[in-house]
Amino acid sequence: MVGRHPATSGLHLTADERVLGKMKIMVAVKRVVDYAVKIRVKSDKSGVETSNIKMSMNPFCEIALEEALRIKESGLASEVIAVSMGPTQCVDTLRTGLAMGADRAIHVDAPATLYPLSVAKLLKALVDFEKPHLLILGKQAIDDDCNQTGQMVAGLLKWPQGTFASKVVLDKEKQVATVEREVDGGLETLCLDLPAVITTDLRLNQPRYATLPNIMKAKSKVIKKFTPEELNVQIKSDLELVQVTDPPKRKAGVIVSSVDELIDKLKNEAHVI
Amino acid sequence: VSTLVLAEHEGGSVKTSSVSAVAAAKAISEENSISVLLAGSGPSLHEAASHAASCHPSISQVLVADSDKLAYPLAEPWAELVHLVQQEGGYSHIIAASSSFGKNVLPRVAALLDVSPVTDVIEISGPQLFVRPIYAGNALCTVRYAGANPCMLTIRSTSFPVAPISADSKCNTAPVTQVDLSTFIEVTLGKSRYLNHSSQETERPDLGNARVVVTGGRALKSAENFKLIEKLAEKLGAAVGATRAAVDAGFVPNELQVGQTGKIVAPELYMAFGVSGAIQHLAGMRDSKFIVAVNKDADAPIFQVADYGLVGDLFEIIPELLEKLPEKK
Repeated sequence: MVGRHPATSGLHLTADERVLGKMKIMVAVKRVVDYAVKIRVKSDKSGVETSNIKMSMNPFCEIALEEALRIKESGLASEVIAVSMGPTQCVDTLRTGLAMGADRAIHVDAPATLYPLSVAKLLKALVDFEKPHLLILGKQAIDDDCNQTGQMVAGLLKWPQGTFASKVVLDKEKQVATVEREVDGGLETLCLDLPAVITTDLRLNQPRYATLPNIMKAKSKVIKKFTPEELNVQIKSDLELVQVTDPPKRKAGVIVSSVDELIDKLKNEAHVI
Repeated sequence: VSTLVLAEHEGGSVKTSSVSAVAAAKAISEENSISVLLAGSGPSLHEAASHAASCHPSISQVLVADSDKLAYPLAEPWAELVHLVQQEGGYSHIIAASSSFGKNVLPRVAALLDVSPVTDVIEISGPQLFVRPIYAGNALCTVRYAGANPCMLTIRSTSFPVAPISADSKCNTAPVTQVDLSTFIEVTLGKSRYLNHSSQETERPDLGNARVVVTGGRALKSAENFKLIEKLAEKLGAAVGATRAAVDAGFVPNELQVGQTGKIVAPELYMAFGVSGAIQHLAGMRDSKFIVAVNKDADAPIFQVADYGLVGDLFEIIPELLEKLPEKK
């Protein structure tokens, strides 16, 4: 994508532009139960039913990949690498990522239950190997809702972090990313030196759909495979799953017929007004 | 058992959500020795420290880290700070509230300490046994922490409520100690810089711990119409909430979003107007004590969790409520 640099820069690229011309972005994607599926807790309380259930790319990861693709399309990066860790089926999720526009992919073949600390260590190993300038992840996965991996890999890499991003602006000359974050009390803006880790919030962008020609093209793109051993990462599990249960059900309420009845209930039954 | 609580402060006071983290620390063990860590710089930090010293009877000590490097609650210096304090104190547990601060900082510290954190805990069943929601609260997962110390948690403050401390109630004042920052070498110093913060100034109570929350959804149709929700909230002394759809449509700013990825609320009364009840929204409010739903669509899923449902046009119902509701005391 060096060719997308503005014509004015001509052949005399500055050192920074040369660096950015080769700028790589790594995006982590996770395969999860599709957001529209109504999940069922297994009767033996060992987890949530996932067999014969539609699986998709985690929506926040789609946003992360979309952001990387947009940065590349704006001429600021040359390559987008999608990575995923977990069982063989993660390859399907990576194919979706390739069909959206990632240039190549890496799959780390690992057990199905990986806690964020292990994912962060695997990601760090991949970053050490690929040396991207930016690592973008979804802020959380909609299955375990952990919201940890981005922060953890940033800590391991000693990189600055811009979590829950709703806007990302890269400055190619200064080698910084300005990140607007959604925080409890509004919006916070940070300036991060590259390389950096960014995790995406919902309002960052609207991810694209993969088109049929791109789905076809994605079939010939390369997915490299690693094992945790090859990356020198020991999968540690310091958490034990005890049980998964249904949340307590709320008691069925009543339908009132008028505002007067509602006010009466709130006043005399619920005693909340 | 000894616990380090990472606390946030604002305007010279410890935030209520951080006091909830202290309550959670107490739930780990009655015999817990609880240290509260505050960081920042300037006089408001020291005001907050004296507030922290007496904000909960279970606090054994308050640790204060005063440095320009900690002037803003950035993850990078904070993580280094907690790492340092943990090396000194050897705590068995480290807890923060599941606020945007806690979610940002605590996992980074956990990685530096090579332990798995447990985020968004709603119930503490033992020193190493925790319940947390998964799948947007559609399932509850019990996990046992089986790793080395420290065991690190973020807790949902709505699950660990604290009674407001009245000014005249005398409680122990914990000693305040300055953290020795002479060895505070921050390898990531300056890699992350705080630029600014924008928020809506409002007189209304904070969404996170309001007694009453009035929420509007997409059916409000415009920012102009959303003022109806604000008027009703004013009448009830309530906080204003919104669905993701209402925020995305630009009716209100992001900080008002209630749901899986927004704020988690559990007020005494939650009133939802024109909210369909997507699971992601329910995840943020299903623990409210009483839920009122007003929606034109009698089949809207919100009615399945509502204690009181009213099928009808919110543009007629809200004005009627404004007229008939008693003035707040």
